[in-house]
Amino acid sequence: MRYIEQEKVVRRMNGRMIVNRIFQGLFMFATALALLALVILLYRIVSQGAGHLSLDFLINFASRFPAEAGIKAALVGSIWLMAVVAPTSMILGVGSAVYLEEYAKKGRITSFIQMNIANLAGVPSVVFGLLGLTIFVRTLALGNSVLAAGFTMSLLILPVIIVAAQEAIRSVPGELRDASYAMGATRWQTIVRIILPAAIAGILTGSILALSRAIGETAPLIVIGIPVIIQFLPAGVMDTFTALPMQIYDWSSRPQAEFQTVAAAGIIVLMVVLLFMNSVAVFIRNKFDKSY
Amino acid sequence: MNTATIKTKINVAKSIPTEQAVKESVYSTRQLNLWYGNNHALKNIDLEIEENEVTAIIGPSGCGKSTYLKTLNRMVELVPSVKTSGEIHYRGRNIFDANYGVEELRTRVGMVFQKPNPFPKSIYDNIAYGPRIHGIKNRKILDEIVEKSLRGAAIWDEVKDRLNENAYGISGGQQQRICIARTLAIEPDVILMDEPTSALDPISTLKIEELVQELKEQYSIIIVTHNMQQAARISDKTAFFLNGEVIEYDRTDTIFSNPADKRTEDYISGRFG
Repeated sequence: MRYIEQEKVVRRMNGRMIVNRIFQGLFMFATALALLALVILLYRIVSQGAGHLSLDFLINFASRFPAEAGIKAALVGSIWLMAVVAPTSMILGVGSAVYLEEYAKKGRITSFIQMNIANLAGVPSVVFGLLGLTIFVRTLALGNSVLAAGFTMSLLILPVIIVAAQEAIRSVPGELRDASYAMGATRWQTIVRIILPAAIAGILTGSILALSRAIGETAPLIVIGIPVIIQFLPAGVMDTFTALPMQIYDWSSRPQAEFQTVAAAGIIVLMVVLLFMNSVAVFIRNKFDKSY
Repeated sequence: MNTATIKTKINVAKSIPTEQAVKESVYSTRQLNLWYGNNHALKNIDLEIEENEVTAIIGPSGCGKSTYLKTLNRMVELVPSVKTSGEIHYRGRNIFDANYGVEELRTRVGMVFQKPNPFPKSIYDNIAYGPRIHGIKNRKILDEIVEKSLRGAAIWDEVKDRLNENAYGISGGQQQRICIARTLAIEPDVILMDEPTSALDPISTLKIEELVQELKEQYSIIIVTHNMQQAARISDKTAFFLNGEVIEYDRTDTIFSNPADKRTEDYISGRFG
């Protein structure tokens, strides 16, 4: 007795092939649609803003005359912001991930913390802005400084970095830990010499992607009261500043049509910064990635 | 009484004290019990393991042989929810004593795992890992340790020109000998081997078996194996584990030629397991 009748299989073959084709087409269409939207967006921005791009645009401060408006304050401000966000969020994020993966006993409390980190990653950025306003700007009296904004942004991307670092650490094979412990290595030696070097590619890739999210965020900055137009550069972390997305937001909301061009040029600068950061992530992944 | 019997008597009288003088006990296990949660994995184990011998532990899957091996360097405690009772004395000290650090124990007791597990580092850095974590920084001393360990594991000639290459680039059998060399580099007293050849081809297996024979001159070796022929070929003593108990422990030739227990006989003749 055979369960699969060849005749029936042949008879149904056509129908199966058609369904197969339909879904292939559907998925291709979905991809094409996303790509198309991206291409249109890029085309519009570049065609609109490329004309305004020049060295002057990069080294001028903002101005009420569109032709003279530059992005210097915002670009330098964003770099300052990153200088605070990157170390803060990476040290805290990787530290938490190491604790959760290597030290914490797996139990109810750990899984509760774990669940909350995952939820935090989904909290809207405005809420983090409110948190930053309450804690850093008001309670700790940091004002609308680089430090206050940097800490707020760090909190925003912390869950993403923790989750990415945890996954990278978890993907280090257990046999490597065993080998290290079996030679009398302490936990700390094992973490520093075996686990982190093996996980570094994943950790850095995840962190840089999170940082590129931070560099493009506007909402938390608006909430904590970061100014838009500034005619000086911050001299330290306690000074106020403005950032690329803030500046772009301001330009695009101005009534004069010329400012739309300036905004587009600003977007190009922001995208170049993002692309640069992403390519660093790709470079790091390729350089450090080790197959097991 | 003729001369022949007298001679025998003298020989026996001679051989016993010399053997006792040379073969000292490295591990003595007393009433060891171990639980994984509610699973009673090791039951009242009593075992004396002597120095400069190869002790094989055989038994069917799930009999507790690997668990016992990992208890000897307390690696078993990396599994959450493990509980133990009883004592294991290593060179006279109870390894479960609160003031006996696992790190200290593991510098005296090396371990080779079932699957070759070199670090994703160069061959040199793999071997130098142990000495480095124990504080050796001098490059010259490290060089010497690396060469000595690789020679000790009979792999120096194969890798001496590629010490700076990644250890993942060599064959599985070579990787396993790198792992043995890495263990030798911490200058252990005992080497625990957990089915070290089960992931290897026959030729690599043969090389490791020959290596074990050489290593026992300097080290005490405890090897868990699934392969009864292997136990018969390379070990001096064999312990037969079944359901977490030691059924029989004796000289290997006795176990394989004249086992005292029916279950041992059934197992080694292939009737179960």
